[in-house]
Amino acid sequence: MTLKTEPVISLRGVSFSYHTLPVLEQIDLDIMEGEFLGIVGPNAGGKSTLLKLMLGELEPHQGRVEVFAQRPHKNRNRIGYVPQYPNFSKSFPITVEQVVLMGRLGLHPQQSWLSQLIPGRYTAADYEAAQKALHEVEAGSLAQRQIGSLSGGQLQRVLLARALAGTPEVLILDEPTANIDQRLEGDIFDLLRQFNQRMTILVVSHDIAFISSYVTRVACINRTLVCHNTDKIDGSMIQALYGEDVRMVHHHH
Amino acid sequence: METFYSALIEYTFLQSALIAGLLASIGCGVVGTYVVVKRIAFIAGGVAHSVLGGMGAALYYGFDPLSGALAAAIFSALLIGSVRLHWQAQEDTLISALWAIGMAIGILFISKTPGYQSDLMSFLFGDILLVPQQSLWFMAILDVLLLLVVAAYHRQFQAVVFDEEYAKLRGVPVTFFYLLLLVLIAITVVLLIQVVGLILVLALLTLPAAIAGHYVNSLGKMMVIATAVGAMLSSGGLALAYQPDLPPGPTIILLAGSSYLLSAFFSRIASDRRARKTTQYSSRDL
Repeated sequence: MTLKTEPVISLRGVSFSYHTLPVLEQIDLDIMEGEFLGIVGPNAGGKSTLLKLMLGELEPHQGRVEVFAQRPHKNRNRIGYVPQYPNFSKSFPITVEQVVLMGRLGLHPQQSWLSQLIPGRYTAADYEAAQKALHEVEAGSLAQRQIGSLSGGQLQRVLLARALAGTPEVLILDEPTANIDQRLEGDIFDLLRQFNQRMTILVVSHDIAFISSYVTRVACINRTLVCHNTDKIDGSMIQALYGEDVRMVHHHH
Repeated sequence: METFYSALIEYTFLQSALIAGLLASIGCGVVGTYVVVKRIAFIAGGVAHSVLGGMGAALYYGFDPLSGALAAAIFSALLIGSVRLHWQAQEDTLISALWAIGMAIGILFISKTPGYQSDLMSFLFGDILLVPQQSLWFMAILDVLLLLVVAAYHRQFQAVVFDEEYAKLRGVPVTFFYLLLLVLIAITVVLLIQVVGLILVLALLTLPAAIAGHYVNSLGKMMVIATAVGAMLSSGGLALAYQPDLPPGPTIILLAGSSYLLSAFFSRIASDRRARKTTQYSSRDL
């Protein structure tokens, strides 16, 4: 466990461009243990790029990204990731259980290339962890179903279980509810609130109003870190983020 | 059929042919499954055809054509793999170029090799009836190698063929396992060339696995069924071809193709029926 004073993830002066198009500029952000951070911003505002930098999928062109005070890929085993779109074919012959088991890959504490070449099958402990993760997202009964036979909400739970199966300390989710309806969206975020009691959570969303009742802090990204606070989200902030044409609708939760 | 059985007992060349078919079906079941679900039949086709380059060169310089084929298959698998990883923009163009260049090299070598022109046909279309004893041993060793690698790394292969991006995030060395998979494909191609020749390899590599894929929801089961289907198709084709004296390779392929069509048709009907039943049950619940 890290000390409370040391950030779990830290970005210092991070910039990134695709070809000549700057996507992120001079981002400074610390994420502390136990936080439930919402990352919001307009489409193409750099949210997903920010996640890819934290996951070590991209290298920053400037600045430093650290996860548990090391380069991101050194601590992949301590991070769980839920992608926005499932990146696989729905007709793939695979059961839910086998998909969730993939979250158990790469858990060797020595995060080296060689540790990934250890041959063998999934162990009993792996199967147990996969079962537990499925039960935690209330999808235990789906274990033997083919992945393509699931509804959108069920699939999202399974992808969440895959991330949980590796018992991560940080859970990173990219628009986890983009493809499901609003009632299910609430269910997923209720689950996340439970998990937040034992892990740090980062969730990217474009729906600032919805997530504000769940998260402990919001970071707004539109190329730069526009705002970064725990205060109530107000009109001027949304204007800074999205421009003038956004109407604000108040929700009473 | 009966004459095939009595001939099988009598002639060792038929026994060898049968064993060659069975040995080849292990490769096509196990590796073919990865090829089908990863949808890399085109890449496998490139590997299969460029093998002719290696066989031709081996003949010209007086080596065993099978080891030449193996070397060429592995070389072109790695070449095509790195094309796919680094020049994605022109992947299809470059792979089709390698496909043809490999064959062109092979044809040039073979045409300059005295006395070997007539064997060109047997490379292209295979001749399962002429598989020598030592090739059977060679095939058995390749099978054992394939099974060992797949048993050791099925978790990683499954992750890479299912979702490369997620596999990478779990720290799986995706490039390494992708290239290793292509090498396994190369080995399988060499196995299958014995049976149906390199032109027809692609059908035997994909069809048994595609048939199995109609009925299962796990890669492991798909491999087992595909191997069984491959064994039935190669023995069945051999038996069918015997009486009317047809070349066994094309017979096996046509049998595989028609089995695939039938299977696709019936599995479609079965899944429609299942869906209709589900609808009936759920409307009764309402």
